[in-house]
Formats: sequence, C-alpha cells, structure tokens
Amino acid sequence: MGREMTAPLVVFFVLAALAVIGAVSLILQKHPIHSALSLIVVMVALAGLYLLLGAEFVAAVQIIVYGGAIMVLFVFVIMLLNAGVEEHTNLSKMAGAPGLLLVVALAGFVAATIAKSAESVHAAPQTGELASTLGISNMIFKDFVYPFELTSFLILVAVLGATVLAQREKS
Amino acid sequence: MTSFLSSNAELVITVVKIALLLFIVLTVNAYLTWFERKVVAHIQSRWGPHRVGPHGLLQPLADGLKFLFKEDPTPAGADKFVYYLAPLLALALALTSIALIPFGPQPIRLFGHDIYLGIVSPDVNIGILALFAITAMGVYGVALAGWSSNSKYPLLGGLRSSAQMISYELALTMSVVGVLLMAGSFNLKQIIEAQAHHPERGIFGWNVWPQILGFFCFFVAAVAETNRVPFDLPEAESELVAGFHTEYASFKFAMFFIAEYTSMITVSCLCSILFFGGWLSPFPASWTFTHYLPSVILIPFGLWVILDGFRYETMFGRIILPGVGTAIAGLGAVFVLLPNVNEFIQAPFWLLSKIFVFLFVYVWMRGTLPRFRYDQLMAFGWKLLLPLSIVNVIVTSFVILVRMTWGAK
Repeated sequence: MGREMTAPLVVFFVLAALAVIGAVSLILQKHPIHSALSLIVVMVALAGLYLLLGAEFVAAVQIIVYGGAIMVLFVFVIMLLNAGVEEHTNLSKMAGAPGLLLVVALAGFVAATIAKSAESVHAAPQTGELASTLGISNMIFKDFVYPFELTSFLILVAVLGATVLAQREKS
Repeated sequence: MTSFLSSNAELVITVVKIALLLFIVLTVNAYLTWFERKVVAHIQSRWGPHRVGPHGLLQPLADGLKFLFKEDPTPAGADKFVYYLAPLLALALALTSIALIPFGPQPIRLFGHDIYLGIVSPDVNIGILALFAITAMGVYGVALAGWSSNSKYPLLGGLRSSAQMISYELALTMSVVGVLLMAGSFNLKQIIEAQAHHPERGIFGWNVWPQILGFFCFFVAAVAETNRVPFDLPEAESELVAGFHTEYASFKFAMFFIAEYTSMITVSCLCSILFFGGWLSPFPASWTFTHYLPSVILIPFGLWVILDGFRYETMFGRIILPGVGTAIAGLGAVFVLLPNVNEFIQAPFWLLSKIFVFLFVYVWMRGTLPRFRYDQLMAFGWKLLLPLSIVNVIVTSFVILVRMTWGAK
C-alpha cells in the first residue's frame, strides 16, 4: 500500500467501519430497539460517506428522511408494540445455515470481483455539480419529471390505502 | 511545538473555538435558568432566587453543584446501554446544532488566520438543511429515554413527545420553505444577505413582513419541537410525573435540562436569522449614528448596576455588583473609543439582541400560557399549522413566479 493516509481517507475508513459494524450489529442484536439503533448508525455513516463525496444535499436528506423520519417511525412502532427480545424457534435457527452459506458466497463474489480489477479500483470522483441542490432538482423536475410524478402518485395511493384499511378496522 | 501549531493551525483554531463555544453556551444556559426563574417570578409577583449571591446571581452555580452531588440511581430492569445513551444523544445533538449557527459575517484576523464567529464558516451550502437533519435526530433522545427507563410514566411521556415532535417537524420544515424560496439558497449567510437587498429599508426589508404566516408557523412549531410551554405535554407533571425524564436523576437529568435550554437558544438563533435579518441592523444603512447604540445601552446599564450595587443589602453584593457594573460600562466605553471594534461588533450585537428578545418571549410564554390538551395539540399541528404553512409555500412561490414573469426588476 503506497497510498498516503490523507484526512479524507482516514474519515472514509472510520465511516465505512461504522457502517459495517452497524450492519452486523443490526443482525446480531437480540432486541428490536437495539437493531433499530444499529440501523440508524448505518444510515448516519452512509450520510457521512455521501458528504465525503461532496454530495452535501444528499447527505442532509439521507439523515432527515432515513435517519430521522423513517427510523423514528420504526422506533415508535417498536415502543408502541412493546416488542420484547426476539424468540428463537427451531425453524429460525435452521434458517441460519443457508443464510451463512449465502453470506460466504456473496463475500467470495465481491472479493473475486475486487481482486480481478484491482488496478482499476480508485477513489470515487467528487460528485460536484451533479449532486448539488440545483443538479438534483434539475434531474427530478426536468429530466425525470414523469417517473417522479408517478412515484408520488403511487405513494399517495399507498397512504390512502393504509387510511382506508385502518378505518375499516375501527368500525 | 510551534511547527505543530503552525502546520495544524485550522485544527487548533477549531478545537479552541469548540471549547470556547461549549463554555459560553453552558454558562448562558445556566444564566438562562436564572433569567427564566427571575422573569417568571416577577410575572407572578414573586422575587425569584435572591439568596445565593446578589440578586441570586450565584444560584445557577449552586444548582450545578447540586446536580453533580446528587445520588444517581439506575432503575431496575432499565436497558442500561440505551438508558445511558439517551441523555448523551440529547445533549450532543443540541450542542451540535448550535455549532452550525454563524454569529457574524466578518472574520477576526488573529495570528495571521481569519477566524469566523461560530464553529463553521458562515458559508455552509446546506446550512439550514444540516440544522434540520440534527433536529430530526433529536427525537431519539426523548423517545429512547422514555423507553429505556422501563417505567410506565416515562414510556407514556416518551411516546407523547415523539408523536408531538414528528407532527410538528412537518410544519416546521414547510414553514421555512417560503424563506428559502425568497433567498434561493440553503446557505444561512445568503439567507441573511437576501434580506439586505435594499439597505435603506432596514427593518422593512426583513423576511418577517412577506413571510408573516411562515414566521407564525415556524415559531409555534419550533416551540413545540423544543417541548416548551404551552407544548410541554411530554413532561406534564400533573399527568405524567415528569414525562420521559422521570427516572433520570443527578447529572443525567441535568443533561436533558441543558439540551432543552440549548435548543431554545438554537431556535431563537434560527428565528432571528430566517425571519428577522440575522445580524442586520433594523435601521437604514445610512444612519451611521445608530452604530453607537451598543454603547448607549451598555454604559447606562453598567452605571445603574454600580448604583444599585452601592445600595445592596449584603456586603458581598456591595463589592460584586459595582465590579460587574464597571465591567459592563467599561465595555461600552471601549466600543466608543475604538471605532474599529465598534464596527466589528455591530453584526454580533444585533444578532445577540434578537436572540435575547426571543429567549424573553419563550420565558414570557411560560409565565403566561396554560398547557394544551393532547388532542388539541394534535389537531392544532395537523389541521391548522400544516395547511397554513402549505398555503404559505404556494402563495410565496406564486408571487415569486409572477415577479419573475412580469418582472419588477
């Protein structure tokens, strides 16, 4: 490794390690709240990585939407249901074996890909204009305006559906 | 040693600034509790703290010591890790958000480096978004504290407050969109500068006039976000003992307390920056004589403190108060005598004055308003504030569009 440890590189490794540790802990934790907290760590670490790439807007939105809004709902639901430590049935223990196999296969695949193209691995370029607020809004509201509107319509339908289902439950 | 200092100057300056800001914020927090108790006491025709030190000025110190020396029990069955994490998270996030506030446009030149007032330079492209990101994370401190205590009142308080914070966060974010549209930027410095397009208009150039609806929504939602009266349901003592921090004692409780007061300061900063021109003077730019206003306020106030000190009952007060008064009056005199310094402190002076006014409003409301009922709170947030802030966004963007098309410029 002839590469110099510059400050961004150090920050990258710290954030990457945080994200990986968070992801592993998300699976290994026994209690749903601890798992949810681990997921928050992953989200925030990812936001840090975006920031490192120069995508400030995406980083902020990552924290606001995923770290804030969505994960708050997760935590909220877990608190409301007062979910306890997860139960381990025979079936769920058996599911571990094929899971482990899959993990090994996936890790091997990723390692092989990296080893094959080791010379072409280099630092990701700064995102620059593309990920600025202006660049993103141009993309969403000009280039991809129809897919964007369709998606928002889909979300609206889902919200209406959820409301209808909740109302029927009550009466 | 010197080579280390010069090669890592940026780092050293930042660390020193962080330590300084931490000290200032914690001291201001402590005296904010004194200020609040004094003002609420006078609203209710009482004296407030007046035993510890002259005018009770050493009361915050006594409170701080008491927090440190209290027994700190952990409830049985509490989730230890989360129970310790929650107050840390609340305090860390509150302090981080204040690090993003710029306190002045001009850097000070010290040791050959430009040093800005505030931890980061005022030119952060996503300034306001970063602040909202931190606010969004702030819910966890409260929610996790309520859950991890393994006790019914904290759980109810935590649930209530997370529901409240999620609900009002929507209105809070929507109400700012109008300001962002007018400035065309997330950058706090540019938001302030956009309010100085016509330097001769002074106070009438501020965002609060065209965005009066947005300001109303923002301020109400922000008070709800900070869990203050009249939105302090999470800690409604008549129903929930003390809400989410019932099971916290000693310094862990103090951490929640400091976090709450720090977010009060942050909200006051944001109100001043977004709607009240930040560090801009309310007077037209050509009225240069108003630059002496800091001295005109400080010198008489200092003299009054000296005079009051001579008449004070205790010997201690008769020594301390004139000393404090002399320092205040001296500061005012320095501003008059050194024009450079006077020019420099104009921006921070106006920002700090506005922050002080908003902090007073916070305390004033606490002394005046009763608490909302829970269903009223939810209805108010969802059925009034959110639609109002959306209407504000639509009207603002419509006006901007009309101006761009049939150009007033």
